[in-house]
Amino acid sequence: MDWAEIISATARTGVGTTAIVYALAAIGLNVHFGYTGLLNFGQVGFMGAGAYGVAIAVDVWGFSLWAGIVFSVFTAVLLALLLGLPTLRLRASYLAIVTIAAGEIFRILIQNPNWRETTGGANGISGFSDAFYDINPIADGSYGFGPWHYSARSLWALLVGWGLVVVFALGVGILMRSPWGRVLKSVREDEDAARSLGKNAYGFKLQSLVVGGVIGAFAGMYQAIEKSSATPGNYRPETTFFVYAALILGGVARTWGPVLGAMLMVALLELVNGILRGAVTEELIPSSLMDTTQIGQVRLILVGVGLAALVVFRPQGLFGDKREIALEDR
Amino acid sequence: MSDDTGMGTGSETATAPVDLFAGLEETPGVDKPDPILVAHDVVRRFGGLTAVHVQRLQVQRGSITALIGPNGAGKTTFFNLITGFDKAQAGAWSFDGTPLQGRSAHRAARLGIVRTFQLTKALARMRVIDNMKLGATGQLGEHFLPAFLQPLWGDQERRIEKQADRLLERFNLTRVRNDFAGELSGGQRKLLEMARALMSEPSFLLLDEPMAGVNPALAETIVSHVRTLRDEGLTVLFVEHDMDIVRTISDWVVVMSEGELIAEGRHSSIVTNPAVIDAYLGAHHGTPLDRAEQDRQLAEADAAITAAEGEGEGAAEAADEGEAADEEGQGS
Repeated sequence: MDWAEIISATARTGVGTTAIVYALAAIGLNVHFGYTGLLNFGQVGFMGAGAYGVAIAVDVWGFSLWAGIVFSVFTAVLLALLLGLPTLRLRASYLAIVTIAAGEIFRILIQNPNWRETTGGANGISGFSDAFYDINPIADGSYGFGPWHYSARSLWALLVGWGLVVVFALGVGILMRSPWGRVLKSVREDEDAARSLGKNAYGFKLQSLVVGGVIGAFAGMYQAIEKSSATPGNYRPETTFFVYAALILGGVARTWGPVLGAMLMVALLELVNGILRGAVTEELIPSSLMDTTQIGQVRLILVGVGLAALVVFRPQGLFGDKREIALEDR
Repeated sequence: MSDDTGMGTGSETATAPVDLFAGLEETPGVDKPDPILVAHDVVRRFGGLTAVHVQRLQVQRGSITALIGPNGAGKTTFFNLITGFDKAQAGAWSFDGTPLQGRSAHRAARLGIVRTFQLTKALARMRVIDNMKLGATGQLGEHFLPAFLQPLWGDQERRIEKQADRLLERFNLTRVRNDFAGELSGGQRKLLEMARALMSEPSFLLLDEPMAGVNPALAETIVSHVRTLRDEGLTVLFVEHDMDIVRTISDWVVVMSEGELIAEGRHSSIVTNPAVIDAYLGAHHGTPLDRAEQDRQLAEADAAITAAEGEGEGAAEAADEGEAADEEGQGS
């Protein structure tokens, strides 16, 4: 088994664009779930709205990329209001049901062959991010050290991506240290107590849904622009649960929890992938048990087991406060 | 604590320095000289059951009014209606002249009506000081965009923190200032909830069973806090089951039964009011309403037992008494 290659692939993936996408989505979900206690099971819907918002605006309607990004943010705000206005007055579980359904409805709609001219159907939309790479200030060439070597194009995408991650993580961090964040946490702890103290819990939940949703939309936008493609396959419901996994792994309601959680999660997935692939090709795992086509599924099983163990043995995640978590059900 | 005045000895009187209720008729719905809360025909039905139907109630400003009644009388539902936590089917009520019906809970709270809950609602995963700071109203930093700019709300935040520290000191919670509220004992949570409610500088405080599940020493502390608040000008309306506490601190007692107001008056007249005794005990007259009464009855029972020794007739009566106690013990 080529351990050097497995390790360096893991190291590359940990700081790669997938990590960026999950980090952004998890920062948004942290606003919902970590700070406000909103059970949003449709974060993928916001990601999809972000991706398709910019893709359709640029590719189909001929907007500039920047106008497309603004339109995309607008779409995410609308989606948040559409999901939140009817459900946030109800119990937490209603939002969960509505968001998980909305994510699926969105994916099925954009796959609809009748709308192929707008959404591209099952193939999606591609080739709309020239403007993003045109402004790349980095001179052509290869950059990097150790396992990390990038073309000017990839480096530009990575720098912008991590820049977004830092801006959103810091922004959420500042918000949560403000009185605004204090109200969100009080809504998470006990909505009625917040209301008895003059806080409009419904209004704050709606704001939280919009803020976290827009950050989720940036995850989708980044994914689409970086790849220059938006396809329905990226927006399956399990994506939301990967985002949850990243968030819980890092530590819920922590500023950097979702970021480090996302990096670790994608790195772990890559590591398990590499080890399994090596083991199967070298027949360390007999081919009667599994072959290379099953690696994808098996690594998900292993990661699922790992996460279950994490929740049991370290519920606060890697960076959480155990004392705080223990108070949850008291 | 220096302002502890003690309770339950029966020697002190519960009235305010100036008797706000002098010359009032002790009938349900009687007009008060200076009401802070006025309610008319407040109705709340759950399906076919009318949980609350209060035809007329005024609460005197600057007084401590106790709201009592058997379990299921509609006391907590009435609290929920007044504070906007539940919606009435009919009725009108106003606070300080401002109509309140149809207002949501947070808007009622902003007018100066703050309530506590039967089951204490400490915000467990927030620190005690943050619980307190949350209670202040009109915070600029609670708006989304200003929240990003600490200089805009920093001064206000420092003022709020000072106010919070003063209240924590007063409620003897300074020691746990930086602990998570979820780590406090049940009694400390009760105190925190009260202190937090005071952060908004309310004019009307509604306490839903503030002494439930609290040890006698702490109950005494809470009683003295409530009295001090009244003396500072707050109006307090509280639900309580312990008749000793009601006797000790209330200036006025309002009795509800089966959703309706059945009696109003000073404690002394309430405990002898036949309608109240009926409501509490149904046919089982004779269960004591306070300690003096209980002592008297126990003495009588002792005498009766001594007299009837050997005849073995006491069993049936004891069973009856047990039934009455059970009825009172059911959840509201």
